[in-house]
Amino acid sequence: MRVKFSSKGNILTAKIIGELDHHTAEYIREKIDAEIVKASTKHLVLDFTDTTFMDSSGIGVIMGRYKNISKFNGKTVLSANKKQIIKIIEMAGITNIIPLFKNPQDAVDSLLSND
Amino acid sequence: MQPINEMRLEFLSKSSNESFARVVAASFASQLDPTVEELADVKTAVSEAVTNCIIHAYENTSGIITMVCRLYEDSMEIEITDYGKGIEDIKLAMQPLYTSKPELERSGMGFTVMESFMDVLKVTSEPGKGTTVFMVKKFKSLNNKDDSK
Repeated sequence: MRVKFSSKGNILTAKIIGELDHHTAEYIREKIDAEIVKASTKHLVLDFTDTTFMDSSGIGVIMGRYKNISKFNGKTVLSANKKQIIKIIEMAGITNIIPLFKNPQDAVDSLLSND
Repeated sequence: MQPINEMRLEFLSKSSNESFARVVAASFASQLDPTVEELADVKTAVSEAVTNCIIHAYENTSGIITMVCRLYEDSMEIEITDYGKGIEDIKLAMQPLYTSKPELERSGMGFTVMESFMDVLKVTSEPGKGTTVFMVKKFKSLNNKDDSK
Protein backbone atom coordinates (compact mmCIF):
# COMPACT_ATOMS: atom_id res chain seq x y z
CA MET A 1 0.00 0.00 0.00
CA ARG A 2 1.36 3.40 -0.89
CA VAL A 3 0.22 6.85 -1.93
CA LYS A 4 1.84 8.59 -4.87
CA PHE A 5 1.49 12.34 -5.16
CA SER A 6 1.67 14.59 -8.18
CA SER A 7 0.55 18.15 -8.68
CA LYS A 8 -0.48 20.49 -11.43
CA GLY A 9 -0.76 24.12 -10.32
CA ASN A 10 -2.78 24.10 -7.13
CA ILE A 11 -4.27 20.68 -7.83
CA LEU A 12 -2.86 17.77 -5.83
CA THR A 13 -3.44 14.25 -7.06
CA ALA A 14 -3.15 11.44 -4.54
CA LYS A 15 -2.93 8.06 -6.23
CA ILE A 16 -3.82 5.29 -3.80
CA ILE A 17 -1.98 2.14 -4.85
CA GLY A 18 -2.96 -1.19 -3.31
CA GLU A 19 -5.68 -2.03 -0.79
CA LEU A 20 -7.71 0.46 1.22
CA ASP A 21 -9.27 -1.06 4.32
CA HIS A 22 -9.43 -0.18 8.02
CA HIS A 23 -5.86 -1.44 8.43
CA THR A 24 -4.35 0.84 5.77
CA ALA A 25 -6.79 3.78 6.11
CA GLU A 26 -4.89 5.55 8.85
CA TYR A 27 -1.62 5.51 6.95
CA ILE A 28 -3.34 6.85 3.84
CA ARG A 29 -5.14 9.55 5.85
CA GLU A 30 -1.92 10.75 7.46
CA LYS A 31 -0.02 10.78 4.16
CA ILE A 32 -2.65 12.80 2.32
CA ASP A 33 -3.33 15.23 5.18
CA ALA A 34 0.38 16.00 5.45
CA GLU A 35 0.39 16.93 1.75
CA ILE A 36 -2.80 18.98 1.64
CA VAL A 37 -1.69 21.37 4.39
CA LYS A 38 1.05 22.57 2.06
CA ALA A 39 0.35 26.07 0.75
CA SER A 40 0.55 25.01 -2.89
CA THR A 41 -2.50 22.77 -2.58
CA LYS A 42 -6.05 23.97 -3.07
CA HIS A 43 -7.91 21.20 -4.87
CA LEU A 44 -7.61 17.45 -4.42
CA VAL A 45 -7.96 14.51 -6.78
CA LEU A 46 -8.29 11.15 -5.03
CA ASP A 47 -7.29 8.62 -7.64
CA PHE A 48 -8.47 5.04 -7.06
CA THR A 49 -7.63 3.66 -10.51
CA ASP A 50 -4.68 1.73 -9.03
CA THR A 51 -6.55 0.73 -5.88
CA THR A 52 -7.03 -3.04 -5.87
CA PHE A 53 -9.55 -3.24 -3.01
CA MET A 54 -11.69 -0.82 -1.05
CA ASP A 55 -14.29 -1.33 1.67
CA SER A 56 -16.35 1.22 3.60
CA SER A 57 -13.19 2.47 5.32
CA GLY A 58 -12.56 4.21 2.00
CA ILE A 59 -15.76 6.22 2.40
CA GLY A 60 -14.42 7.59 5.68
CA VAL A 61 -11.12 8.49 4.02
CA ILE A 62 -12.89 10.29 1.15
CA MET A 63 -15.32 12.20 3.39
CA GLY A 64 -12.59 13.21 5.82
CA ARG A 65 -10.35 14.60 3.06
CA TYR A 66 -13.33 16.33 1.47
CA LYS A 67 -14.02 18.12 4.77
CA ASN A 68 -10.38 19.17 5.15
CA ILE A 69 -10.12 20.50 1.59
CA SER A 70 -13.49 22.28 1.84
CA LYS A 71 -12.30 24.25 4.90
CA PHE A 72 -10.03 26.18 2.55
CA ASN A 73 -12.65 26.41 -0.20
CA GLY A 74 -10.97 23.74 -2.29
CA LYS A 75 -12.75 21.12 -4.35
CA THR A 76 -12.37 17.36 -4.16
CA VAL A 77 -12.90 15.07 -7.13
CA LEU A 78 -12.47 11.30 -7.50
CA SER A 79 -11.36 8.91 -10.19
CA ALA A 80 -12.12 5.20 -10.18
CA ASN A 81 -12.63 2.57 -12.86
CA LYS A 82 -13.20 -0.69 -10.99
CA LYS A 83 -16.76 -1.90 -10.51
CA GLN A 84 -16.32 -2.89 -6.86
CA ILE A 85 -14.87 0.49 -5.89
CA ILE A 86 -17.44 2.49 -7.88
CA LYS A 87 -20.20 0.43 -6.20
CA ILE A 88 -18.94 1.38 -2.71
CA ILE A 89 -18.59 5.05 -3.64
CA GLU A 90 -22.04 5.25 -5.18
CA MET A 91 -23.69 3.30 -2.36
CA ALA A 92 -22.67 5.93 0.16
CA GLY A 93 -24.16 8.71 -1.97
CA ILE A 94 -20.78 10.40 -2.20
CA THR A 95 -21.24 11.23 -5.90
CA ASN A 96 -24.02 13.65 -4.93
CA ILE A 97 -21.39 15.97 -3.51
CA ILE A 98 -18.08 14.79 -4.99
CA PRO A 99 -17.78 14.24 -8.77
CA LEU A 100 -16.44 10.87 -9.95
CA PHE A 101 -14.45 10.41 -13.16
CA LYS A 102 -13.17 7.34 -15.01
CA ASN A 103 -9.54 8.44 -14.99
CA PRO A 104 -7.35 10.91 -13.08
CA GLN A 105 -6.71 13.05 -16.17
CA ASP A 106 -10.43 13.83 -16.59
CA ALA A 107 -10.63 14.54 -12.87
CA VAL A 108 -7.77 17.07 -13.05
CA ASP A 109 -9.24 18.62 -16.22
CA SER A 110 -12.58 19.15 -14.50
CA LEU A 111 -10.84 21.25 -11.85
CA LEU A 112 -8.84 23.22 -14.40
CA SER A 113 -11.93 24.17 -16.39
CA ASN A 114 -13.64 25.30 -13.17
CA ASP A 115 -10.96 27.86 -12.36
CA MET B 1 -28.69 -29.48 2.58
CA GLN B 2 -25.16 -30.73 3.17
CA PRO B 3 -22.33 -28.41 2.17
CA ILE B 4 -19.89 -29.78 -0.39
CA ASN B 5 -17.01 -28.23 1.51
CA GLU B 6 -16.48 -26.43 4.79
CA MET B 7 -13.65 -24.58 6.54
CA ARG B 8 -13.09 -22.90 9.87
CA LEU B 9 -10.55 -20.23 10.66
CA GLU B 10 -9.63 -18.64 13.99
CA PHE B 11 -7.51 -15.56 14.18
CA LEU B 12 -6.66 -12.64 16.48
CA SER B 13 -8.51 -9.35 16.21
CA LYS B 14 -5.63 -7.54 14.53
CA SER B 15 -6.33 -5.17 11.67
CA SER B 16 -3.67 -6.87 9.56
CA ASN B 17 -5.95 -9.93 9.61
CA GLU B 18 -8.69 -8.07 7.72
CA SER B 19 -6.99 -8.72 4.40
CA PHE B 20 -5.98 -12.22 5.53
CA ALA B 21 -9.60 -13.18 6.28
CA ARG B 22 -11.06 -11.81 3.06
CA VAL B 23 -8.38 -13.45 0.93
CA VAL B 24 -9.00 -16.81 2.66
CA ALA B 25 -12.77 -16.56 2.09
CA ALA B 26 -12.33 -15.60 -1.56
CA SER B 27 -9.75 -18.27 -2.22
CA PHE B 28 -11.99 -20.94 -0.61
CA ALA B 29 -14.93 -19.71 -2.73
CA SER B 30 -12.87 -19.84 -5.90
CA GLN B 31 -13.21 -23.66 -5.84
CA LEU B 32 -16.70 -23.05 -7.20
CA ASP B 33 -15.30 -20.87 -9.97
CA PRO B 34 -17.50 -17.78 -9.53
CA THR B 35 -16.78 -14.55 -11.39
CA VAL B 36 -14.09 -12.09 -10.31
CA GLU B 37 -16.84 -9.64 -9.45
CA GLU B 38 -18.64 -12.13 -7.20
CA LEU B 39 -15.38 -12.87 -5.41
CA ALA B 40 -14.87 -9.13 -4.92
CA ASP B 41 -18.33 -8.96 -3.30
CA VAL B 42 -17.38 -11.74 -0.87
CA LYS B 43 -14.07 -10.06 -0.05
CA THR B 44 -15.77 -6.75 0.64
CA ALA B 45 -18.44 -8.24 2.92
CA VAL B 46 -15.89 -10.27 4.91
CA SER B 47 -13.71 -7.20 5.27
CA GLU B 48 -16.63 -5.22 6.72
CA ALA B 49 -17.62 -7.97 9.16
CA VAL B 50 -14.08 -8.53 10.42
CA THR B 51 -13.46 -4.79 10.75
CA ASN B 52 -16.59 -4.53 12.91
CA CYS B 53 -15.24 -7.25 15.22
CA ILE B 54 -11.95 -5.41 15.64
CA ILE B 55 -13.26 -1.87 16.09
CA HIS B 56 -16.57 -2.45 17.82
CA ALA B 57 -16.63 -5.89 19.45
CA TYR B 58 -13.11 -5.84 20.85
CA GLU B 59 -12.48 -2.07 20.63
CA ASN B 60 -8.91 -2.69 19.51
CA THR B 61 -8.14 -5.10 22.34
CA SER B 62 -7.06 -8.66 21.67
CA GLY B 63 -9.75 -11.26 21.02
CA ILE B 64 -10.58 -14.24 18.87
CA ILE B 65 -12.56 -14.03 15.65
CA THR B 66 -13.81 -17.18 13.96
CA MET B 67 -14.87 -17.49 10.37
CA VAL B 68 -16.73 -20.52 9.07
CA CYS B 69 -17.33 -20.88 5.33
CA ARG B 70 -19.55 -23.50 3.71
CA LEU B 71 -19.72 -24.12 0.00
CA TYR B 72 -22.79 -25.39 -1.82
CA GLU B 73 -23.32 -26.07 -5.53
CA ASP B 74 -23.87 -22.43 -6.39
CA SER B 75 -23.67 -20.51 -3.13
CA MET B 76 -21.57 -19.87 -0.06
CA GLU B 77 -22.36 -19.30 3.60
CA ILE B 78 -20.05 -17.24 5.75
CA GLU B 79 -20.35 -16.99 9.52
CA ILE B 80 -18.14 -14.53 11.35
CA THR B 81 -18.25 -14.63 15.15
CA ASP B 82 -16.62 -12.61 17.90
CA TYR B 83 -16.83 -12.97 21.67
CA GLY B 84 -16.68 -9.25 22.35
CA LYS B 85 -19.04 -6.67 23.75
CA GLY B 86 -22.07 -7.40 21.57
CA ILE B 87 -24.59 -5.03 20.04
CA GLU B 88 -27.32 -3.49 22.23
CA ASP B 89 -29.55 -2.35 19.37
CA ILE B 90 -28.97 -4.32 16.15
CA LYS B 91 -31.59 -2.36 14.22
CA LEU B 92 -29.87 0.92 15.00
CA ALA B 93 -26.42 -0.51 14.25
CA MET B 94 -27.60 -1.64 10.84
CA GLN B 95 -28.99 1.73 9.84
CA PRO B 96 -27.08 3.29 6.93
CA LEU B 97 -24.68 6.04 8.09
CA TYR B 98 -25.16 5.19 11.78
CA THR B 99 -21.87 4.81 13.59
CA SER B 100 -21.25 4.50 17.31
CA LYS B 101 -17.75 5.85 16.71
CA PRO B 102 -17.99 9.02 14.58
CA GLU B 103 -14.66 10.24 15.99
CA LEU B 104 -12.89 7.46 14.08
CA GLU B 105 -13.95 8.78 10.68
CA ARG B 106 -16.01 5.65 10.13
CA SER B 107 -18.76 5.90 7.55
CA GLY B 108 -21.46 3.84 9.25
CA MET B 109 -21.88 1.90 6.03
CA GLY B 110 -20.47 -1.48 7.09
CA PHE B 111 -23.75 -3.40 7.45
CA THR B 112 -25.22 -1.62 4.42
CA VAL B 113 -22.29 -2.80 2.32
CA MET B 114 -22.65 -6.39 3.61
CA GLU B 115 -26.37 -6.27 2.89
CA SER B 116 -26.01 -5.06 -0.67
CA PHE B 117 -22.99 -7.17 -1.64
CA MET B 118 -24.44 -10.41 -0.25
CA ASP B 119 -27.84 -12.08 -0.68
CA VAL B 120 -28.60 -12.85 2.96
CA LEU B 121 -27.43 -11.05 6.09
CA LYS B 122 -28.45 -12.06 9.60
CA VAL B 123 -26.98 -10.57 12.72
CA THR B 124 -27.39 -12.16 16.13
CA SER B 125 -25.86 -10.63 19.20
CA GLU B 126 -25.90 -10.76 22.95
CA PRO B 127 -24.45 -7.84 24.90
CA GLY B 128 -21.37 -8.96 26.78
CA LYS B 129 -21.20 -12.28 24.94
CA GLY B 130 -20.54 -11.51 21.31
CA THR B 131 -21.94 -11.23 17.82
CA THR B 132 -22.39 -13.53 14.84
CA VAL B 133 -22.84 -12.26 11.32
CA PHE B 134 -24.29 -14.86 8.97
CA MET B 135 -24.15 -14.17 5.25
CA VAL B 136 -25.03 -16.04 2.08
CA LYS B 137 -23.69 -15.26 -1.36
CA LYS B 138 -25.49 -16.82 -4.32
CA PHE B 139 -23.19 -17.17 -7.28
CA LYS B 140 -25.58 -16.34 -10.06
CA SER B 141 -22.91 -16.93 -12.68
CA LEU B 142 -22.91 -20.62 -11.72
CA ASN B 143 -26.67 -20.83 -12.18
CA ASN B 144 -26.36 -19.39 -15.66
CA LYS B 145 -23.68 -21.89 -16.53
CA ASP B 146 -26.04 -24.72 -15.63
CA ASP B 147 -28.81 -23.23 -17.73
CA SER B 148 -26.65 -23.18 -20.82
CA LYS B 149 -25.83 -26.89 -20.57
